[in-house]
Amino acid sequence: MSLDALVLSRLQFAFVVAFHFLLPAFTIGLASYIAVLEGLHLVTRRPVYLRISNFWIKIFAVSFGMGVVSGIVMPFQFGTNWSRYSDMAADVVAPLMAYEGLMAFFLEAGFLGILLFGRKLVPPWAHFFAALMVAIGTLFSTFWILVVNSWMQTPSGFSMVDGRFFPQDWLEVIWNPSFPFRFMHTVAAVYLTTAFTVIGTAAFYLRRGRFAEESRTMLKMGLGLASILVPLQAGLGDLHGLSTLHHQPVKLAAMEGIWDTGTRQPMVLFAVPDSQAETNYFEIGIPGLASLYLTHDVDGRVVGLRDFPKEDRPPVGVVFYAFRVMLAMWGIMLLLTVWGWWLAFRHQLFDTPLYLRALNYAIPVGYIAVTFGWITTEAGRQPWVVYGHLRTADAVTPNLTAGDVTLSLLLYALVYFFVFGAGVYYLVKLVRAGPLAAPAHEPRLNERPARPLSAVEAD
Amino acid sequence: MTIDLVPIWTLILALAVFMYVLLDGFDLGVGILFPFAPDDTSRNLMMDSVAPIWDGNETWLILGGIGLFAAFPLAFAIIIPASYFPILVMLLGLIFRGVAFEFRMKAQRSRFLWDQSFFWGSLIATFAQGIVLGSFVHGYQVQGRHFAGSLFDWFAPFPLMVGVGLVFGYVLLGATWLVTKTEGALQRWARKKARIALYGVLIFIAVVSLWTPMLEPKIAARWFTWPNIAFLAPVPLATLVIAAWLWHSLYSTRETATFFAAMGLFLTGYAGLAISIWPNIVPHTISLWDAASSPKSQAFLLIGTLFLLPIIVMYTGWSYYVFRGKVKGDTGYH
Repeated sequence: MSLDALVLSRLQFAFVVAFHFLLPAFTIGLASYIAVLEGLHLVTRRPVYLRISNFWIKIFAVSFGMGVVSGIVMPFQFGTNWSRYSDMAADVVAPLMAYEGLMAFFLEAGFLGILLFGRKLVPPWAHFFAALMVAIGTLFSTFWILVVNSWMQTPSGFSMVDGRFFPQDWLEVIWNPSFPFRFMHTVAAVYLTTAFTVIGTAAFYLRRGRFAEESRTMLKMGLGLASILVPLQAGLGDLHGLSTLHHQPVKLAAMEGIWDTGTRQPMVLFAVPDSQAETNYFEIGIPGLASLYLTHDVDGRVVGLRDFPKEDRPPVGVVFYAFRVMLAMWGIMLLLTVWGWWLAFRHQLFDTPLYLRALNYAIPVGYIAVTFGWITTEAGRQPWVVYGHLRTADAVTPNLTAGDVTLSLLLYALVYFFVFGAGVYYLVKLVRAGPLAAPAHEPRLNERPARPLSAVEAD
Repeated sequence: MTIDLVPIWTLILALAVFMYVLLDGFDLGVGILFPFAPDDTSRNLMMDSVAPIWDGNETWLILGGIGLFAAFPLAFAIIIPASYFPILVMLLGLIFRGVAFEFRMKAQRSRFLWDQSFFWGSLIATFAQGIVLGSFVHGYQVQGRHFAGSLFDWFAPFPLMVGVGLVFGYVLLGATWLVTKTEGALQRWARKKARIALYGVLIFIAVVSLWTPMLEPKIAARWFTWPNIAFLAPVPLATLVIAAWLWHSLYSTRETATFFAAMGLFLTGYAGLAISIWPNIVPHTISLWDAASSPKSQAFLLIGTLFLLPIIVMYTGWSYYVFRGKVKGDTGYH
């Protein structure tokens, strides 16, 4: 595979979108968590909720800002490197993205200033309302962008003229076959990512004997959410997989590492797929299990990769391994959740150093899971950019040279590593500082703290 | 009977882009003025004046870009790749500007780094936007449905000149914004900077007005033939009147008048641009109608837009209202 403009453009898009998605993976759940905390404080008046909320609001300020600036890059990527895709598919996908802008981005941005810094300037219910609007904005955003992505995966409601896509039925475009499953699966995934970040942070404090009340509350809340979402995610992932089996069978075959069509397909736990030889080496599998969960019949027939023309297959190794990494992360989340309940029953939840250390180190699990989940589904969609209708190779901007894209990719990489590296550094600083015992400086009414993010003190 | 949605979308898109230019214009302008501020307290105040609202302001850029993509996709598919490097540079500049707000507050020894990030990010993003504008007015080489020119066409005298002009323009917006939001010594300083910026802006308006017709015969014909001269004369005349009003306000004690007058100058410039390139959205060969998306797409988006835009304006207005008035020094927050 030579490094031409096409491959480099794909690399570039993958790079900027993967980096970007790490931020909303955290901030979508965090926005909801803050809204919940603000609501709980409004209703119960318990100070601990306020302290926890103020802490996470500071974290949110930094993370959300990074999410915004990396997000602005995305729509322009479609134009700069994928102009043919833009020309072909705009009539269907661009209005959907525009709705994301109108319903989500403005809503988040409009109420963000109030949330971050308007607590003393507006009544408590209005501040809670702002938190709620930001949270809802992030969910609207998830909705619309996944509508776009899902349509690219399982296109429907359209017609084609001269290779260009035109919408025929907007309801069919939006409620395309994979959207409901992808949406539920992704929302659960981002909430879990936030949950384990909160849990891990709580564990960080508990290990050091700091902020006992806050961290116990956070741990209980996070573990409670995980208890619901971890098992639910298994079901949602399964439903999503079944939908993929039906609509994108070649992707499913790659995920499962199934080369030969047949019955009693094994669940492949580990293997080294070889695309040239069209087989797996060192395969360890449980016979019949894949047929069972894919077709609900051990004797069920599943189509293998060999039944698809080579030029229509995704990169099998990438999809196969990425899928397993995502599953492994879920396994870790399950283990930690079950262990947590076990300890809770023995009243040792907050006092078991090994468990707390595990939770602390488990902060990245959600981020790894979502990244590899996205790799699975996006690499699995290849060689199509609109599955079954437009190939990625036909979508790249014409006349783009490898030199052009190398330059832009290098610049993005340099800037992103520097800026987001700094961001992580400051986030860690904030976590080390922890929730404040009391607000360091109560602003008087005529003092207008106009910088939303200076709620984060430089101490 | 079907309504032609193209003129409606032209208006909406023009409005969205104009909103972006005005709103992000002033906060980018504040960023460009940043290192020239009298002292650190002033710099903090300057940042405080834009920090609660910069995110919402920048969101209009997304609306402009995606709006172009949705309503006039052929234009998007030509203009954006044609502007490959200026857009790349603009996005990187916006990243440095955006994170500077937050990182600067968290930093102690490295605060200087984020001051620079705020300034250079704002300056570079502005210059890059000006280059995109200049290339746009200059026009694009098109073949069929694709951009057929070189990715370095932007590196030419006219686009680079417009880049510099836009820097002066945004500085004018930023300075007049500071005149309305600050007081005392900082406000006096802002007035001085606004006057300098106004000189620059007027020179560039003159240069652009004379140079643009030379780029393309159609434009010269539109402005300089009779009876067009009579109908279009109000635009340059209005420019002169508003410039005079702005000049006068800067030397008086008027505050918000300066900011509105600066916006007025942008409005006349924008009108002049529209008159020059009409009816093309890809200067100078592809018209709005050629570039438009299908009626189903335009209609689908229009319904929601007509409902959502007023709501957006309302809650954005509320946010500005909450953070109204002069910025005060808050030592607890710096």
